[in-house]
Amino acid sequence: MNTLQVEGVGLMAPGLAGWPNGRAVLSDARPYVAEAMPTAIAALLPANERRRTTATVKLALQVAQEAALHADIDPSTTPTVLASSGGDSEVLDKICAALTLPDRPVSPTHFHHSVHNTPAGYWSIATRCAAASLSLSAYDDSFAAGLMEAAALAWTDRTRVLLVAYDLPPPFPLSERREIVAPFAVALVLNPTPTGRRLATLRLTRNAERPASCLDDPQLEALRLGNPAARSLPLLRAIAHSIASRVTLSTGESGGLELEIEP
Amino acid sequence: MAIKPLAVTAYTVTNALGRGIAASLTALRRGESGLRPCDFEDAALSTWIGRVAGLEEDPLTGEFAPFDCRNNRLARLGLEQDRFGAAVRAARERHGADRIGVFIGTSTSGIGATEHAYRQRDPATGRLPAGFDYRHTHNLFSAADFTRRWLALRGVVLTVSTACSSSAKAFASAYRHMQVGFCDAAVVGGVDSLCLTTLYGFNALELASSQPCRPWDVDRDGLNIGEAAGFALLEWAEPDDARPLLLGYGESSDAHHMSAAHPEGAGAVLAMQQALARAELRPGQVDYINLHGTATPSNDAAEDRAVLRVFGPDTPCSSTKGWTGHTLGAAGITEAAFVWLCLEHALIPGMLNTRRIDPNLGAGVVLDNREQPLRVALSNSFGFGGTNCSLLFGRRAA
Repeated sequence: MNTLQVEGVGLMAPGLAGWPNGRAVLSDARPYVAEAMPTAIAALLPANERRRTTATVKLALQVAQEAALHADIDPSTTPTVLASSGGDSEVLDKICAALTLPDRPVSPTHFHHSVHNTPAGYWSIATRCAAASLSLSAYDDSFAAGLMEAAALAWTDRTRVLLVAYDLPPPFPLSERREIVAPFAVALVLNPTPTGRRLATLRLTRNAERPASCLDDPQLEALRLGNPAARSLPLLRAIAHSIASRVTLSTGESGGLELEIEP
Repeated sequence: MAIKPLAVTAYTVTNALGRGIAASLTALRRGESGLRPCDFEDAALSTWIGRVAGLEEDPLTGEFAPFDCRNNRLARLGLEQDRFGAAVRAARERHGADRIGVFIGTSTSGIGATEHAYRQRDPATGRLPAGFDYRHTHNLFSAADFTRRWLALRGVVLTVSTACSSSAKAFASAYRHMQVGFCDAAVVGGVDSLCLTTLYGFNALELASSQPCRPWDVDRDGLNIGEAAGFALLEWAEPDDARPLLLGYGESSDAHHMSAAHPEGAGAVLAMQQALARAELRPGQVDYINLHGTATPSNDAAEDRAVLRVFGPDTPCSSTKGWTGHTLGAAGITEAAFVWLCLEHALIPGMLNTRRIDPNLGAGVVLDNREQPLRVALSNSFGFGGTNCSLLFGRRAA
């Protein structure tokens, strides 16, 4: 019961635009260059919805779509887990700023975009997916919490799960109290049932004594520490290398999550 | 095969009806609402709210001072009731602190702290005041982090944030984590507190009523926002467990619209059917449905169609929002606890404030309280983004 097949990956971050680029960098075939990230387009969204949505929604949907295409799954029947430390800080900043003005003109659109499950809502609309979706936060350990929720869902219901983790730098002045160094989003299609087309097999064990895995490249390590979604980088690196390895993700004070990865 | 049931081995609720389960049970029985005209901070809105008294004067101090904000004050107040802390201490002895997970639902966590900080920005630089602690107040994880620290638990911990289904879905998440062995017991809860974001936000969407909310009424015109904290300790049920049991859960997405429910309640139908399927129960075996029932015209209409489709017109159902207001991310735990009170005390609550049932709605809504033994009851929670969750609870004969 305790394994998951990784069937598809989506990735978007500075210097890691799309999984083919990310895989090349993370497998050491190419050096990491932290060039500006292309704007996420979230091609899946109808044009009028794309105009209304924020950078956060577009980023989350972009990687979700890439992973779903990569795994060649039907997104309309795949449940989702979305993990983000702070959600859409841009929207929350606009609301809190509006609340300082006379008559407090909170925009109705900003308000209904302020919920943590906004990207999940847009994804379900765009893919016509009526399956379950859960949005969560565990601050800096949101990716590991999302992976555990996705694993628990996949094993309990014997279903594929699409896991999406994302965080973007908040705007000023929130940026001074929550440092996120760069945008980062990752999506994984996870299947509890072995199939022929896996990228890797993960075995999850809770409560590892080992410290969280780091990266040798100082720039990538800074990215890992500087964005909760980028805590996935050691796992992505292991997938990119296609060799058996072990990765530990921090889950805060509740010990670690150890991942045994087999190609 | 039906899923293995979980027992609710301890629970507590705090809301506009008062502190602890006795206050809620008494108010439910007497038909006394906790709603009042909006008197939150300096909000100039003609709406009614379900405010918890006393939070303004009772800051968190000592090691918990960084967490001080209305939401965590409400969490602390909730955790102090009904000997919940003692029950968790005993569970810690049984399972170990690292084997009890914490799953807390919230929609806005301590955003009120950020609202206050924005009003105190430096006029020259725009910077936030020195005392503002984003991580321990506003961030969504703060609600779960505070709870596990207060209870001295070191197991898996996360905040579920799916708008108004948050603390209902926390049960589903906890169930799964226990099922796969990530933890052996779970503290499930929800905390959402009044803030200007939700008061002015629902006002901007024209969804807040200027009167006490009237679910299913022909003249219903919107919701009242409330605040609440609720917590439950979940452990695997014993063979002859007489405590309330989680028998099933269902989760779905509307895939329709960000802030409007699917007109036919398609997602709600799926969630209710899934909960029944997991419990292996037929609709006719459900004795009572606690509706989401926010009292907005379209939400009640959509839920009514969904309930009719799954249950027909005869299953007794009611919304308890007229007592507490809509407690948003805490609605799931609040109304789950009301269902447990109903199972334990043979009560079907009516609907406060509702006078004339909308003739276009057909579900079997109950207007006046009934004293009636219940075995199985369902609770619905739906939210923005088209998120739906239904929880099915039961109680064996004592």
